[in-house]
Amino acid sequence: MQLQANYNYGVVRQFAVMTVVWGIVGMLVGVIIAAQLVWPELNFAEWFHFGRLRPLHTNAVIFAFGGSALFATSYYVVQRTCHTTLFAPRLASFTFWGWQLVIVLAAITLPLGITTSKEYAELEWPIDILITIVWVSYAIVFFGTLAKRKTSHIYVANWFYGGFILTVALLHVVNSAEIPVTLWKSYSAYAGVQDAMVQWWYGHNAVGFFLTAGFLGMMYYFVPKQAGRPIYSYRLSVVHFWALVFTYMWAGPHHLHYTALPDWTQSLGMLFSLILLAPSWGGMINGIMTLSGAWHKLRDDPILKFLITSLSFYGMSTFEGPMMSIKTVNALSHYTDWTIGHVHSGALGWVAMISIGSVYYLLPRLWGKTEMYSVRLITVHFWVSTIGIVLYIASMWIAGVMQGLMWRDTNPDGTLVYSFVESVKNSYPYWTIRLIGGILFLGGMFIMFYNMVRTIASGKSYDAPVLAPAAAH
Amino acid sequence: MSDFVSPFWGYYVAVLVVASFAFLVWLLVGNTTKKPAVGQQVELQKHVWDEDLQEWNNPLPGWWMYLFWFTIAFGVVYLILYPGFGTFGGKLGWTSSGQYKEERRVADQRFDEKFNRYKDMDVKAVAADPEAREMGKRLFLTYCQQCHGSDARGAKGFPNLTNPSGWQWGSEPEQIVATITGGHQAAMPAWEQQLGAESVKDVANYVRSFSGLAHDSLRAERGKDVFAQNCVACHGPEGKGNPLVGAPNLTDKTWLYGSSEATIIETISKGRNGLMPTWGPLLGEKKIKLLAAYVYSLNTNAQ
Repeated sequence: MQLQANYNYGVVRQFAVMTVVWGIVGMLVGVIIAAQLVWPELNFAEWFHFGRLRPLHTNAVIFAFGGSALFATSYYVVQRTCHTTLFAPRLASFTFWGWQLVIVLAAITLPLGITTSKEYAELEWPIDILITIVWVSYAIVFFGTLAKRKTSHIYVANWFYGGFILTVALLHVVNSAEIPVTLWKSYSAYAGVQDAMVQWWYGHNAVGFFLTAGFLGMMYYFVPKQAGRPIYSYRLSVVHFWALVFTYMWAGPHHLHYTALPDWTQSLGMLFSLILLAPSWGGMINGIMTLSGAWHKLRDDPILKFLITSLSFYGMSTFEGPMMSIKTVNALSHYTDWTIGHVHSGALGWVAMISIGSVYYLLPRLWGKTEMYSVRLITVHFWVSTIGIVLYIASMWIAGVMQGLMWRDTNPDGTLVYSFVESVKNSYPYWTIRLIGGILFLGGMFIMFYNMVRTIASGKSYDAPVLAPAAAH
Repeated sequence: MSDFVSPFWGYYVAVLVVASFAFLVWLLVGNTTKKPAVGQQVELQKHVWDEDLQEWNNPLPGWWMYLFWFTIAFGVVYLILYPGFGTFGGKLGWTSSGQYKEERRVADQRFDEKFNRYKDMDVKAVAADPEAREMGKRLFLTYCQQCHGSDARGAKGFPNLTNPSGWQWGSEPEQIVATITGGHQAAMPAWEQQLGAESVKDVANYVRSFSGLAHDSLRAERGKDVFAQNCVACHGPEGKGNPLVGAPNLTDKTWLYGSSEATIIETISKGRNGLMPTWGPLLGEKKIKLLAAYVYSLNTNAQ
């Protein structure tokens, strides 16, 4: 029996590796459906059809890739900043296998056409129950670890992880309330416009808490660590945390502008989306200003490049989001590829880049090394994926605005100038550019996979000893 | 508040809105601090985590505070002017349905004169006017091409409008106008239960014989009786159909769903319920006249 405890890195290692693996799988499906838009003949079997692969893509990148990254980093961060080992380590191990089972079930059922048809909540009720069990276990492990911390104060990254875990539990349980009719078929507990409202309350908060708050937790640990500098402002982190969690909850109705949803509900969704701008930017300011005075580090540290670029994309998409929530802008942008571009500037630029940067930070430390097998390959990965994102979002902006303008263009007698299919025809060049952008980003993930395998091969699993907290000075 | 069962929700949400605004204001006011004097170092928080994680305590950036205040103020003003605050509808009286009605009114006013020119002409005369045909074509490409195709040649289940034959609801101008205005729901019943698979196959062979398609004459002979007992009411004794009930002519070599034996068996067994939507309320008389003229011209030009 050893005298000094070691951090529980086992589950972190498992999730870190699966982050890269699921990243490749999810983005590969993304590339396939992008190719299906360019060459429709690639829809060659019902289970390989765009309509079935698209939810597989979103579920795989959000919950498999993003989820694994959040599990890996939160388990790492909460131990290290609480100066203690994980609470209930066997339960932590269960969250790993449970979550992988959820992902595998998703990968089987979605192509089979088994779906609730609620966006980002397509999985049927047995899987929903499994998700709930895994998530509650996650909360027990995380908050249990916080409870036995050796420091008096809770580090800011943990507020964000904690907020993310609590709200996602609430969102999942409320939105997935459904009545099973068979083993693989259920109906939503809500009907009509109420169902739509609950769905987008969930849908937008999946963005707000899963894809924003969780990854801000990541940002608050890995940016100051990699930059080697203190966080810019404690006060700013308090203000933007509370403003963010309070305001995000209201923003959902902006997905339902000009629908059967009552006008007053739509207005509130738009207003709180606009108010969200400043709280969102608070996180970006705090991250980027942390580097202030050490900008030179950006030049030769590709991990920092990933982290800081992700914050720039975060700032850009959290500006774009409130703008798109304005009714008159939304009247043009809604249902076009502009939305797809917006989502990917957040998903590739912010979520994926901060995860990639954080995993590059983690991997060598988890296998007892000081750095990745090849730092040069991280730089190559950075540039390949950045070019990929720029091609992706620029082409979708142009395509989206073009589609919006074509759909509303009228002749002098009030008839439409373009039929829908003409806007499809005109989108082909942009869809091709988007496909190239996606292939580049996926290519970057393969580089990362190679680098990871070489790093692991030359290292040995390593669990660092638990550190005593520094005395307050 | 017809959208929720009780007016309670209006008040409930209004209270939450006030609470949210008050919370944000409190958060901002409570955290407004003086800028440190030039040269003065910002304070470093005393806690340290994981060896080297620390926090400065810089004040909130001024421009960021102004941005935050501006969005909050915008929210308050917006809630006074527009719906959003519980049951209070806003000073401007705006509603999305009102906006829609107003946009339609303005559009009708602007475009009406274009259509008024043809108001008193009959459909055949309109169809002879090239400019009217162009307008009709644009209307067709906006409202009709989703089903009938941009070339009006239709698809399986959707009639080809350039074909001089096969007009199950009639091809005269008044009939076309009636079809567009009121729509149609075809009602070919499902005969599977009543006739049984064998008889269905017999009738299918008999039906194929009308237009000289290859058929099993033995089956066709048997099918003749079944047809006489069950099908003549709509399709007529010679299978020539009846536009009054939308029963297609089975002898004219035009097939809405297909002429193969398998397809005809499917049609008889399971029935068909083709639907032409009702366009009257949306398009109005004047636009429907131009559409009918365009469709009529496609049909007559092809003859």
